[in-house]
Amino acid sequence: MTKASEIRVPANEISVNRRADIAIAVVGAPNSGKSTLFNRLTGLKQRIGNYPGVTVERHVGTLRVADSVIELIDLPGTHSLSAHSLEERIAVDVIFGRIAGTSALDGIIAVLDATNLYQGLFLVQQLIDLELPLVVALTMTDAAERGGIDIDIDALSQVLGGVKVCSVVATTGAGLGGLRDAIAQLPQSAPARRSVIWPELSAAARGLRDDANDADDRPRMAELERLLIDGATEHNRAVVAALTETARNTLDDRRDKLFGTEPTIAREARIRYAWVRDVLGTVQRSAPPYFSWRTHVTNFLNRPVPGTIGLFLVMAIVFQAVFAWATPIMDLIDAGTAALGASAAAVLGDGAFSSLIADGLIAGVGSVIIFLPQILILFLFIILLEDSGYLARAAYLLDRTMRSVGLSGQSIIPMISSFACAVPGIMATRVIPNRRDRIATILAAPFMTCSARLPVYALLIAAFVPAGRVGFLSLQGLVLFGLYMFGIVAGILTALLIRKTALRGPKPPFALMLPEFRRPNLQTVLIQLLGRVKVFLYRAGTVIFTVAVIVWALAYYPRSTEIPPLVEQQRTLASYTLSGEDLAQEYERISHQASAAQLEQSWLGRAGHFIEPVFAPLGWDWRVSAAVIAGFPAREVVIAVLGTVYAVGDEADEKTLSGRLKASTWPDGSPVFTLPMVIGLLIFYACCLQCAATLAVIRRETNSWRWPVFAWVYMTAIGYFGALLAFQIGSA
Amino acid sequence: MAINGNTLATMTKGQKGVIKAVDTSDPQVQRLMVMGLVEGAEVEHASSAIGGDPIEFKLFGCGISLRQEHARFFQVAPVVAGD
Repeated sequence: MTKASEIRVPANEISVNRRADIAIAVVGAPNSGKSTLFNRLTGLKQRIGNYPGVTVERHVGTLRVADSVIELIDLPGTHSLSAHSLEERIAVDVIFGRIAGTSALDGIIAVLDATNLYQGLFLVQQLIDLELPLVVALTMTDAAERGGIDIDIDALSQVLGGVKVCSVVATTGAGLGGLRDAIAQLPQSAPARRSVIWPELSAAARGLRDDANDADDRPRMAELERLLIDGATEHNRAVVAALTETARNTLDDRRDKLFGTEPTIAREARIRYAWVRDVLGTVQRSAPPYFSWRTHVTNFLNRPVPGTIGLFLVMAIVFQAVFAWATPIMDLIDAGTAALGASAAAVLGDGAFSSLIADGLIAGVGSVIIFLPQILILFLFIILLEDSGYLARAAYLLDRTMRSVGLSGQSIIPMISSFACAVPGIMATRVIPNRRDRIATILAAPFMTCSARLPVYALLIAAFVPAGRVGFLSLQGLVLFGLYMFGIVAGILTALLIRKTALRGPKPPFALMLPEFRRPNLQTVLIQLLGRVKVFLYRAGTVIFTVAVIVWALAYYPRSTEIPPLVEQQRTLASYTLSGEDLAQEYERISHQASAAQLEQSWLGRAGHFIEPVFAPLGWDWRVSAAVIAGFPAREVVIAVLGTVYAVGDEADEKTLSGRLKASTWPDGSPVFTLPMVIGLLIFYACCLQCAATLAVIRRETNSWRWPVFAWVYMTAIGYFGALLAFQIGSA
Repeated sequence: MAINGNTLATMTKGQKGVIKAVDTSDPQVQRLMVMGLVEGAEVEHASSAIGGDPIEFKLFGCGISLRQEHARFFQVAPVVAGD
């Protein structure tokens, strides 16, 4: 940036970009209303990124109170500071300031679900022992009241050593003002006072600390206590390093004396929950619950059969919405992009620049925003289901079924959505807490027959599968059904295979919290929806756009200088013999032939010729090979490319295209598109990961190139060998 | 420690109980203890999915679902209605 532009930055922009002076983390159990609260506090002033090197999303927002800018970090939900999953690990590492590039925390907002004080107080208890400034945000007080739980806020503050407790209803915003004030005062307030519920542990930690190297650099008590409980791991290296040699040598001894043979986290759970049970009686009283519609809905859906039927209804609606409701909007975007490209080409005339704008840039942007309707609709449903608490129940109901195919109950929504499009489907896998299950689902999802495969299937089936009937079923319909089933089976086998090999590991204990149904808040739903769209546009959209432009360039360059004079010659010749409508048709035929000729000698056409030997055992000629290569960024492109390479007449007309495909022959006169070759091509399309958008989203959701590359190679290999088998056996 | 008699897995719908002992040998069970399934916890069998697995319990009134294979590690003393 030059000096001049620095000076011109308006004052208010400087303050927006100013680094926050204070960092405060929002910590709480999953489903505690933590994210809703975070969204209410920060509104649109938040960013979604990734923690370095892992798939866990980093949600940071800014909150401006009084004169200070506070950075709020929404940590992944955790039940305890003894981390188990990757998400919990990140939460704990941020709390202890162990994440590179993240500053130490100035305070903590402990989110406590009023309807679940039992589990919530366990975590709050651990957080208090951190000796950081802390405020408790007591959420869901409205739901607690309905459920007959009456909480004494003063008594709660007292048992927690006097920390401030703010009661908030995040969905309506009641109490938010008070919480904001408390957060503003947090950096100046005294740290929470340590509790005395486990004196033996504190004594052992003090013993270690007295032996620490340097009085200024001594680890905090809380860190030493966690070291005693969790043992020396790679995550608390720094704590161990700060101890003296003698202290380090006493570590095992002290742990032995404290725990004996009892598993350490079991002891911690027993001691802390015993304390929670004691204080529960003094802070909460049971009042008669009043039965609302929620109770009746919950009771009804708790019965296995109505619950499962209800679940299938919900799934059907989601599928219908993503598949059917999005289509008209997508068609509009498609038509709009095409019209915009055509008018740009008309204004700019012929030439490379015009083609770059019309076929490269405009089509590239179109190929990104075409996904937005499905993403918006699917995520609207997912966020509503998640925030209402239904997603957890769906996972619970489907756990057994999905477990038997190597996935988890939470995989169902990503899998079903992938029938519409794998892009929102894979984005939806973020609801799966277990990393191994998530990646297995991500790898299985692209096998589901998406709506972009449908036109390819339709074209080839209509052209080459006989229209006969088997019983009362049409043969063509059966083949289409077979392709859908093939995708499902291939996806499930992939998931099973990957869980048994690369992602082998202990199954996480399936202990899902099943919250009561609650009404989602419109504002937080919209904020989350916007966040998803931004993530897609910035992270995946850029890759999709780049690939689209690259493929345009491959199909456009190099331009032959010999073709245009030939075209002129033919046009002149035609104008002697034809006139009117016939002449116009002839001109069109000539221009299509010219495009076909240009394409044949473009990099793409040359690549088709070059790679033909690879695909020859599958029965493909260079044209099919080129179309398959061009279809790499988006498989539906294959139809347009086939239309161009087999160019005679109107390329947009699929009927004539299928006729031309039927007519195409090898140099020796034998047909290219035989039934075995077409079956092979269908199998290839059923498997092969011909979709740059899916690859970009896999990259984004796994935060590494390893999985998209693996998925592409794996799926292409299956597609290739499937097609090879079909062609060779069929032609033998 | 071997667990026998009434466990979370043998409870029937609507039954209430208090966890009396936990077999802590399985690391997965230790994680469940972190979620509050320890001695003294009050539980109620609330529902089960088709086929009886997983099972939903109310733990101090809050829904938590467990698989059969884990539920049998928790010994339970049933609470008779009216207790």
